Amino acid sequence: MMPAVALSVENLSFAYTNKTALNQLNFKIHSGECTLLLGPNGAGKSTLFALITRLYDSRQGCIELCGFDVRRQSRRALAKLGVVFQQPTLDMDLSVMQNLLYHADLHGMDGKLARQRIQQELERLDMYERRFEKAKELNGGHRRRVEIARALLHQPSLLLLDEPTVGLDVPSRTAIVSYVHQLAGDGQLAVLWASHLIDEVYPQDHLIVLHQGSIQANGPVPEVLAAAQATTIHAAFDHFTQAGKP
Amino acid sequence: MSAPYPTTPIHYWRAMRGIVGREMWRFVTQRERFISALVRPLVWLFVFAAGFRASLGMAIMPPYDTYILYEVYITPGLCAMIQLFNGMQSSLSMVYDREMGSMRILMVSPLPRWFLLLSKLVAGAAVSVLQVYVFLGIAWLYNINAPWQGYLLLLPCLLLSGLMLGALGLLLSSFIKQLENFAGVMNFVIFPLFFMSTALYPLWKIKESSVLLHLLAKYNPFSQAVELIRFALYAQPNPTALLYTLIAFVVFMAAAIIGYNPSKGMMSRRGGG
Repeated sequence: MMPAVALSVENLSFAYTNKTALNQLNFKIHSGECTLLLGPNGAGKSTLFALITRLYDSRQGCIELCGFDVRRQSRRALAKLGVVFQQPTLDMDLSVMQNLLYHADLHGMDGKLARQRIQQELERLDMYERRFEKAKELNGGHRRRVEIARALLHQPSLLLLDEPTVGLDVPSRTAIVSYVHQLAGDGQLAVLWASHLIDEVYPQDHLIVLHQGSIQANGPVPEVLAAAQATTIHAAFDHFTQAGKP
Repeated sequence: MSAPYPTTPIHYWRAMRGIVGREMWRFVTQRERFISALVRPLVWLFVFAAGFRASLGMAIMPPYDTYILYEVYITPGLCAMIQLFNGMQSSLSMVYDREMGSMRILMVSPLPRWFLLLSKLVAGAAVSVLQVYVFLGIAWLYNINAPWQGYLLLLPCLLLSGLMLGALGLLLSSFIKQLENFAGVMNFVIFPLFFMSTALYPLWKIKESSVLLHLLAKYNPFSQAVELIRFALYAQPNPTALLYTLIAFVVFMAAAIIGYNPSKGMMSRRGGG
């Protein structure tokens, strides 16, 4: 049986006042898949994320989360979504626990259930012992872990990560990349991970290469390599993003 | 498995409790914010009002039934000033949160945007009410007293005026793309609102010097909030001020909701990946 479609993007376009940011995007992401959205700076990754999370609104095209239209059924759609933004979004004056309880409140979770889920997620990320520490006392890698725990608290169907490892040291990056792949491997969750760091791609991942607002490649890693006639992801990425450059 | 789709009344309640609780916690743990919020009105009360006591005599006028000291007159205006500054500070923090990213977590939660904004407003108003009561407590020690019923009646009025002034701040924040632009807007909003109002001098006194200024002060929503607070503090109703403040709240709130509509783009549209 085909896994459920967690995210469907059809004919999506978006323009800022004087510049086209996204041009006719079409792709689907299924449960159990980890999809890496690769693109250089300015490719349109953050714009795409802002549209999926409905921070921006697009009149051209359609985005569905688990079958719910993000524009017309935004609340149902957003209930299925967990997000880790590129910028840190924890409240630095609150403890880890308070940050997570705040998120649970926003998702209408019962207090007892919220505490159980917080314990589960923090234990999985090895952060439970630090739950009473203020966010500002944590290092960058640990803050990211808390943000991932928060994004998973309400058990979403799609996890969006917008360059979550930028600025982290190598061990923190490796731990987060490995953990997120493990989450997708469990089969229930779909992951869309925006990055410009090619070493975050695993061989079993799906790839979407975004360049100048258009999708240049979309498919499992072997297919993308074949399409680019490349042996490494790095070479394939260069092929798709430097075509036409002098 | 996702959490059950939860937009039930209890979901709304939990979300508002979370937003208000977070704001209150931040306020009480940020001691310097608490103190600075009180220092401003206390300086006006103990220094400005004491200095002008002799030169600014007050005639008998409602809600007062006798001659009053100038300190007594400006106390409701200072309560409103606390709320005005708090409303502007809340909106400043929204611009900051938007720039820093923490606002996004609120905006991607599965609740209607108007409700999220209203919850932020209620949180800001609750903080301002707390500040006002602490200020009134200090004023009471300074012999500026009101009947106990007034202190009770004041609560809903303060909530309404806090919501109205917070909604004005929210509306302003929806138009401000960057934090640096905020200071200028504050100068063009706070000072005119405060000085062209009945906070420091009654309408009849303004009319003596300028009819235009009198009209501006009369229809200034901040004046109406001041009068609402003034009458409530002396346990007297002021239906005109109540209605005017309510309408101003609805108008500002509606405009702020439009301003935060994603089709307009609430985030600063700068580049990105």
